[in-house]
Amino acid sequence: MSEKVLMKGNEAIAEAAIRSGCRHFFGYPITPQTELSAYMAKKMPKIGGVFLQAESEVAAINMVYGAAGAGARTMTSSSSPGISLKAEGISYIAGADLPCVIVDIVRGGPGLGGIQPAQSDYFQATKGGGHGDYHLIVLAPNSVQEIVSLTADAFNLADEYRMPVMILGDGTLGQMMEPVDFDSIPAPVEAEKDWATTGTDLKREHNIINSLYLVPEGLEAKILERQKRYDIVTEKEVRYEAHGLEDADIVITAYGTTSRVVESAVKQLREEGYKIGVIRPITLWPFPTEVFQKAAETAKAFLSVEMSMGQMVEDVRLAVAGKAPVHFFGRTGGIIPTPAEVVEKVKEITKEV
Amino acid sequence: MAKVFQKPHGLTDAPFHYCPGCTHGICHRLVAEVLDELNIEGKTIGIAPVGCSVMAYDYFNCDMQEAAHGRAPAVATGVKRVHPDKIVFTYQGDGDLAAIGTAETVHAATRGENITVIFINNTIYGMTGGQMAPTTLPGQVTQTSPYGRDPHTQGFPIRMAEMLATLDGPSYIERVALDTVPNIKKAKAAIKKAFQNQIDQKGFSMVEVLSTCPTNWGLSPQEAIKRLQDEMIPYYPLGVYKDVE
Repeated sequence: MSEKVLMKGNEAIAEAAIRSGCRHFFGYPITPQTELSAYMAKKMPKIGGVFLQAESEVAAINMVYGAAGAGARTMTSSSSPGISLKAEGISYIAGADLPCVIVDIVRGGPGLGGIQPAQSDYFQATKGGGHGDYHLIVLAPNSVQEIVSLTADAFNLADEYRMPVMILGDGTLGQMMEPVDFDSIPAPVEAEKDWATTGTDLKREHNIINSLYLVPEGLEAKILERQKRYDIVTEKEVRYEAHGLEDADIVITAYGTTSRVVESAVKQLREEGYKIGVIRPITLWPFPTEVFQKAAETAKAFLSVEMSMGQMVEDVRLAVAGKAPVHFFGRTGGIIPTPAEVVEKVKEITKEV
Repeated sequence: MAKVFQKPHGLTDAPFHYCPGCTHGICHRLVAEVLDELNIEGKTIGIAPVGCSVMAYDYFNCDMQEAAHGRAPAVATGVKRVHPDKIVFTYQGDGDLAAIGTAETVHAATRGENITVIFINNTIYGMTGGQMAPTTLPGQVTQTSPYGRDPHTQGFPIRMAEMLATLDGPSYIERVALDTVPNIKKAKAAIKKAFQNQIDQKGFSMVEVLSTCPTNWGLSPQEAIKRLQDEMIPYYPLGVYKDVE
């Protein structure tokens, strides 16, 4: 039997990354991801890895660019304001088709905002953040165990598709402790990186890591080629959890921390006889559009519950495409919605349908 | 007949895009000759900047990465930490290294990152058409200092070699110029030393190379060389600013 250990989400990401072959971590201090860097600082020197505290988030993400381009499994972590600073580098990493893992333990914004958990960076994570036509694979765990398995997946996905993968958590997931089992996590998949800058040894043409294409036809061709990969990711890598959709009147959707709140609310609502379905997106990009489309054929209404003023709800509306009303309930600024608030909102919607 | 002069192997066959009289070509060649002479091309990874030399990745025969504006020392750090046994260099202009990338430069230097930095100082932003650089001299006319750089409103030029030499991290910092044959020979010796230091695990080395930009200075190549000698060298004295044995 495998052994379970009690761990904070932030530390669990770090341990899972190390077990996934990450030996190069570049970071900059920010709350509430602190424990992740601290764990890396402690562990990396003992296993021949690199922990480097950069002079800024900007420098840290560019170190990741260099390390990824040199063929390493590499990672950085931050929280909302720091991710804004990394946005430049993330765009270049996407533009140079480099694999890496970026952790965003989201806090309230905009600006300095606060240090309490939030989900108000869904847009930033899934719609760009940096400039240009690009995507990140965005994984949204809702438990420490899932944090661990998705961290392992993140490195494999990044290598397979040569693209940056973001683990989108929040202050709650980063700080909470849960029992976790590391033995069950996916094994690292070896990827051939014949494109990496490792030195030519005078035996091959030089490799170039680059995102500059001055001829418009060349740039368009490069973007179209990348888009083909994005299409494969959209086709193959969508992940979600769903239950109760068959006879649901109302489908509630939430990711990460709020999905746990929603489960408590759903339990109570079902006990009271309400027919509630649940969709929990695990990949925020690619978004699980199809399950929403299918649910929209029978459900009377949808409700997106978020710690924001309403961000994922836009993707839900796009998927539902007007076939049913899509409602929203959110708290923001570092406030976590309560199950009671969700129950109340559902009852309010029920009166309308 | 014996070949007595040829293009270094460190350079590809791609024709340079540089303007007539620009000294980037000379400096590229010096770096490539050093890669040949130290026999390190096959284990070298170069980092190109944003600016006139943005396409340096097409010109050097070694593996190359193209960095975002100013970020070359951070990118180089990432590469070097993955491959400590390889040779990593950055090639950056003054806007890249001394304005937008100042933090990356200073911190790579103070970490003593074991990389080689080639710093082209031509007192102007060339690629974007001749704007004021952090190294633009007082009184120098550029597109964004059309009445001449006024230190009272536009600040003073930055002397990077002197500034970085105050740090404990760097092992070697020298300023050279590409105005005469003897100075070009000295520049090559400095570049060679900056690479040899890396091979010897000595840490951060930077060679600041005073260069010309006839196009954006509005001068002929000859006049540009004269300006380098008469105006730049007095403000940016040549010499070794740091050399840790």
